Amino acid sequence: MPAQHDMRESMLAAVPNLRAFAVSLCGDIDRANDLVQETLLRAWAHQDSFEPGTNMSAWLFTILRNHFRTEYRKRRREVEDADGGYAERLTSPEAQTGHVEFGELREALLHLPPDQREALILVGASGFSYEEAAHICECAVGTIKSRVNRARKKLAELLTIELEPEPESAPQVLIRRAV
Amino acid sequence: MPQTEKLEESPKGRLSRDVQRKIGQQLRAMYTDVVNEGVPDRFADLLRRLDDKNK
Repeated sequence: MPAQHDMRESMLAAVPNLRAFAVSLCGDIDRANDLVQETLLRAWAHQDSFEPGTNMSAWLFTILRNHFRTEYRKRRREVEDADGGYAERLTSPEAQTGHVEFGELREALLHLPPDQREALILVGASGFSYEEAAHICECAVGTIKSRVNRARKKLAELLTIELEPEPESAPQVLIRRAV
Repeated sequence: MPQTEKLEESPKGRLSRDVQRKIGQQLRAMYTDVVNEGVPDRFADLLRRLDDKNK
């Protein structure tokens, strides 16, 4: 069936970008691969809901994003139950991804609220327009713009800490890291 | 990642173009690093199996 073959090819072609999006969202390559696998399974099972002629990549990103958000909420509940209300604990991204050179950036990303993180990645790295990102995140275009701005600002703060060269600023670094 | 440069913020609390550009560059570099890994076998195999099942 040619249509189905096209579907498989299009999904295959989207895999590298889906993985990059997933790793940026969760900071963990194994979990990212699981997210992508679940996304492909869901997309395959719901092929009928894809409108031919629309953006296949955006459709797959939407599925992955929704799955991540559901999982994130579930995990946070589990952690809160076990840990008396503290937010999701982050382990070292370097150890998990194997991409040491981007360790600081990955860690900084994980300190952003998920809605800001996804907005920044979609617009700043995946190359979606504000309109497409708004569609994927099911919110208004203005909301995406403000999330991207806040994300950039927070990221700049976090990376300033990492880039701070003067040793006398060490106490400040410790304080700000603890926030 | 450049370690020696300090990211500056303009007085109004808005990020300078320079900072925005640096953040964008780093984000895209990190992202492209994963994209360049291509399609791991597990996903090609998965889609092949799904495709075969429907035939």
